[in-house]
Order: sequence, then C-alpha cells, then structure tokens
Amino acid sequence: MVYLTRKVEFSASHLYHNPDFSPEENRRVFGKCNNPHGHGHNYVLEVTVAGEPDPRTGMVLDLKELKEILQREILDRMDHRFLNYEVPELAGKIPTTETIAITIWNLLEPRIPRGHLHRVRLYETPDLYVDCLGNGQ
Amino acid sequence: MKRLISTSIAWATANEPAIERMRMRVVLHRRYHFAASHRLHQPGWTAEQNRAVYGKCSNPHGHGHNYVLDVAVSGPVDPATGMITNLADLDAFVERQALAEFDHVYLNEQVPDFRSVVPTTENICRVLFHRLRAYPHARLESIGIQETASNSFEYAGEQ
Repeated sequence: MVYLTRKVEFSASHLYHNPDFSPEENRRVFGKCNNPHGHGHNYVLEVTVAGEPDPRTGMVLDLKELKEILQREILDRMDHRFLNYEVPELAGKIPTTETIAITIWNLLEPRIPRGHLHRVRLYETPDLYVDCLGNGQ
Repeated sequence: MKRLISTSIAWATANEPAIERMRMRVVLHRRYHFAASHRLHQPGWTAEQNRAVYGKCSNPHGHGHNYVLDVAVSGPVDPATGMITNLADLDAFVERQALAEFDHVYLNEQVPDFRSVVPTTENICRVLFHRLRAYPHARLESIGIQETASNSFEYAGEQ
C-alpha cells in the first residue's frame, strides 16, 4: 500500500453559534468564536489517498485528477466564503474544525476514483488540526 | 441546562448524519510549546560511559530546547457544539498538568518525574502521556513531541 498526500489551502470565515443556546450559553461555550460577525482562518487541507500503484502508470491516482477533485469539491465551495452561510453542506451545523473535516471527508470519499481515502487532515491554525481517518486506521 | 442539551441534539440530528453512521474516526490535535533544559546522564554510569552514550547531551550543566507538544484526543463529536472537546477545557488541563511544570525549567531538577528517569524526549513523551491520560472529556490518543525541527517522537501508550 502506498499513501499519496496532496495539500491545498483555502481562506474562509465562520462563527460558532447554537440557536438552541441562550446568548450567555453561546458565549460561555464558544467564547470569542461566537462573535456574530464571524472571523476567518487560512485553512490548510492535506488529503491522503491509499492504494496500490497502477503497474502501467506507477501511480496510485493521477495527482492532476486529485487536484481537480479538490478544486471542484472543496476550494470552489469553501475558499473565500463565509462557511455558515455560503456552504450548503454546513448549513445548520457549527463549523468547527471537526465538522469541516467530516464534511470534507463526506464530499471526497465517494469521489476518489482509484485507491481509497485514507486521511483528511485539516489545519485551522498551525497549532490546531483534526484528522479524519477511515475506520480501522 | 439539561433541557438545552436535549433540544440541541434534536436540532442537530435533524441536520447531520448520526455520529454512529460515520465511517471515519475523528482525532483532534492541539499543539503547545514549552522551553526547558535537560541533561542526559545516568548516575550509575562512569563519566566515560555517559559521554560514550549521550555525547554532548551529557554536559554537566545541561542544555535546552524549544519543545513542541502535540496532544491528540478522540471521541464522538457533540452535535450541539460540533466539538470532540472544548479547547478551553483541553488547554486548561494541559496547562495545569504539563506546561505549568515543564515550561522554563530544568527538567532533571525541577520535575519530580525525572528524579530517576533520564529526560530523553522518549521519556518526556511517556511522562506526559501518563499525566494527560486522565483528561475527562475525550480519549487521549497520543503524545507527540518535537525536540528540534529534525527530531520528533510519538507515544500512544502500550498497545
């Protein structure tokens, strides 16, 4: 098994707010992330695909193809967007790093044409990142 | 409080697939920084043995590093908050259990865990794993430490 990782970056804004919480509860749980106007990050996304290289090409998956999938599924949706309001897959959810990483996994997993999605690693900052790992890993 | 949580879960489950049905495991990594000095030295060995094994790391007055600590925790993502654990809780716990005692100190002399344990980064990983595994809000997966940009270590407990 060989693991191939492609990294992309996107910039987006978000806020954390649960409409079922009182204003005090929202501030207590989410702190300054509850600021109603939102705030932004430069997200760094690393996507790892696992598989056996095709003996004819020597590739697990053509990187150009992966690049196009990431552009279409992730960057076109999320780059320079307000995640709460402009990304339908995040509507009604709290766009924490966990939630965004899970959403990215769900968008990519069925669309990887060869090999399989092994890991989605999403950095919100250099000191905070979330891994989604396929079951059994 | 109880009412709020049950309402929120009902609100969230209407909007996203149940965690149980997810086909992936989610692990949150948080990095922390501490600067400390240490000396690699076994008191039961001769000076020559210590020099042979530890080289300049055995210099008698110690030396220091900017350590980067990577704490990885896993668990279900609470639909009401979108979180495995609240970072404020994790930060406070790591500060109390680790950073307050490890930052800007001489590990050999000032951290009791290293009175009889050589503070190699391997052993610092193990000590921090045991100190942080009691975190009550998520499961500790692993401790990673970068001693320098070139050397890093990871400990995930005994399998």
